[in-house]
Amino acid sequence: MEILVAGAIGLLTACGIYLVLRGSSFPVVLGLMLLSYSVNLFIVAMGRLTVGRPPIVAAGAATYADPLPQALVLTAIVIGLATTVFTIVLALAVSVPPRDEAADRVARPQGDEPSLR
Amino acid sequence: MTHAAIASVLVPSACAALMLFIGDRRLRAQRVLGLVSCVTLVLIAIAAVLWTSSGAIEVYRLGDWPAPFGIVLVLDRLAALMLALTAVVGGAALAAVLTADPGLDTRGRHFHPLFQLQLMGLNGAFVTGDLFNLFVFFEVLLVASYCLLVHGRGAVRLRFGFHYVVVNLTASALFLIGIALLYAATGTLNFADLAVRVPRAAPADASLVHVAALVLLVVFAVKAAVFPLCLWLPGAYAAAAPPVAALFAIMTKVGVYAILRLHGSVFGLDAGAVGTWLLAGAIVTAGFGALGALAAPTLASMTGYLTLASIGTLLIAVGAGSSAGSSAALYYLAHSTLVTAALFLLAERIAAQRASDGFLPSRPVAQPAELGTLFVIGAASVAGLPPLSGFIGKLTVLQSTATTPGRPWLWSMLLATGLLTTIGLARGGSALFWKTTDAAAPATRAGFVALAPTVTLLAFGAALALFAAPVQRFTDATAEQIAERELYAASVLHATDEPPVRPMPSEPRP
Repeated sequence: MEILVAGAIGLLTACGIYLVLRGSSFPVVLGLMLLSYSVNLFIVAMGRLTVGRPPIVAAGAATYADPLPQALVLTAIVIGLATTVFTIVLALAVSVPPRDEAADRVARPQGDEPSLR
Repeated sequence: MTHAAIASVLVPSACAALMLFIGDRRLRAQRVLGLVSCVTLVLIAIAAVLWTSSGAIEVYRLGDWPAPFGIVLVLDRLAALMLALTAVVGGAALAAVLTADPGLDTRGRHFHPLFQLQLMGLNGAFVTGDLFNLFVFFEVLLVASYCLLVHGRGAVRLRFGFHYVVVNLTASALFLIGIALLYAATGTLNFADLAVRVPRAAPADASLVHVAALVLLVVFAVKAAVFPLCLWLPGAYAAAAPPVAALFAIMTKVGVYAILRLHGSVFGLDAGAVGTWLLAGAIVTAGFGALGALAAPTLASMTGYLTLASIGTLLIAVGAGSSAGSSAALYYLAHSTLVTAALFLLAERIAAQRASDGFLPSRPVAQPAELGTLFVIGAASVAGLPPLSGFIGKLTVLQSTATTPGRPWLWSMLLATGLLTTIGLARGGSALFWKTTDAAAPATRAGFVALAPTVTLLAFGAALALFAAPVQRFTDATAEQIAERELYAASVLHATDEPPVRPMPSEPRP
């Protein structure tokens, strides 16, 4: 299992770094996502790899899984998701020129305000 | 136990939430709330400095969990100093936004909540006593800074904003790797607990700790903009709106703070030859910043490069590894933050009257006497000319590195930086005020109120020079406190005499 996890982390990181170093914004965003996945796996692995062990006190358990890295990785996932969304929006704003206001006006002509009634 | 540490985080976050409820349409209410928050933060910072000046280390246990198990906020001299700087620079930046016409906050949405969240992230990073919590606050301040950087839009701002975000997200990934390595080697992320366990790490784990120390050094070097990880800074700072750039003057110092806190106190600069790397990076950063300042086309861009030069200078003092070095670095940190922020704000006022802060011929400014005087004070201070704070700062940096092995390199770079900065600022100043076209000066003049933020920041800089002895006593004491890792660990881990684990209630439940 160690080799499998280590190989997966290595492969994800390599792909992530390759994509981050690309010139255009979309591969860079993909690369950042891959990097954050590999980092999350790495954090879990640093709490030692265990299978089928309880993380909190349980009757009759001899060994436990370390719960702290799991809590850390949960936080990292949430933060990573938020920043990824922000990066995508920013990348879109950079690559797509801002829409002219006229486009909005075509979609919703003036004097025709939507009303609740 | 005082509540200053938690209040410095809660006040801006509560104000940000309130501002979102108030909404952008009631801008006046948002502005008042922003000012209230900034004034409160200044008062909290004053209280924090007074409390910690006796040498006390205030530990605030979140949820009343004892230290290695729960997250603690720690208020020591270093944290108090950084809180005070943040409060002053944040207040001045907000005042600059409110006194400009039209204000930056009218050119986009949610400026004030983002500004408060930025202050919350900064304060949180300075008071936290836990490495993962530091990561979280880093993300808070970075997300807010991403939005503030691109505030007001514009293609240039967006492009540099994207670079800035990508560089910082990559650094965040590295930060998590460093944290995970450290946890794997020591089993803790609390600064105080780390300070106890890192020196006692088993030989097999010691190399892992060194790797973690170096990975974290790379992360903080990105935040502090150390060469070659500094290329995102000059463009981004020049592209940002000037008040935002002034607030960002404190952001690079977060990286320096983290290096002082972790590498200065927890790991020690010997771990993995951190000190040597730091010195090498600092020397090149100082030179790069000074050369960039010579070549910069606008005052804002020049100030961005001067930020780099000042980072290089103060990291040379940190890399010296002595208590005197840390003290000199802290003095220089306070000086450079205040003065570069003032120069960013001044660049905006000059640009408003001159149509640009570029060094090409343009129409003359309406108030050459007032703006020129402010520029000369700021420039002389940055360049390190006597009798201002930059001179005293650079002198103490030179003194503190007198016994460092690489002294010829350090001293020649420090002095060359001063010379190059002087030349660059002289060229910039003469271009700004004397290279004019025949066009008439604008009729709009900046009143005292509009110049007040810049004047305040420069006055704080002058006060640093005037009260150099008391300030240096404080920074000396701070540097000693940073070096005393056992005392720090003992204060945090045994904050009270209560038993660390409360006994379970013994009476049987009904």
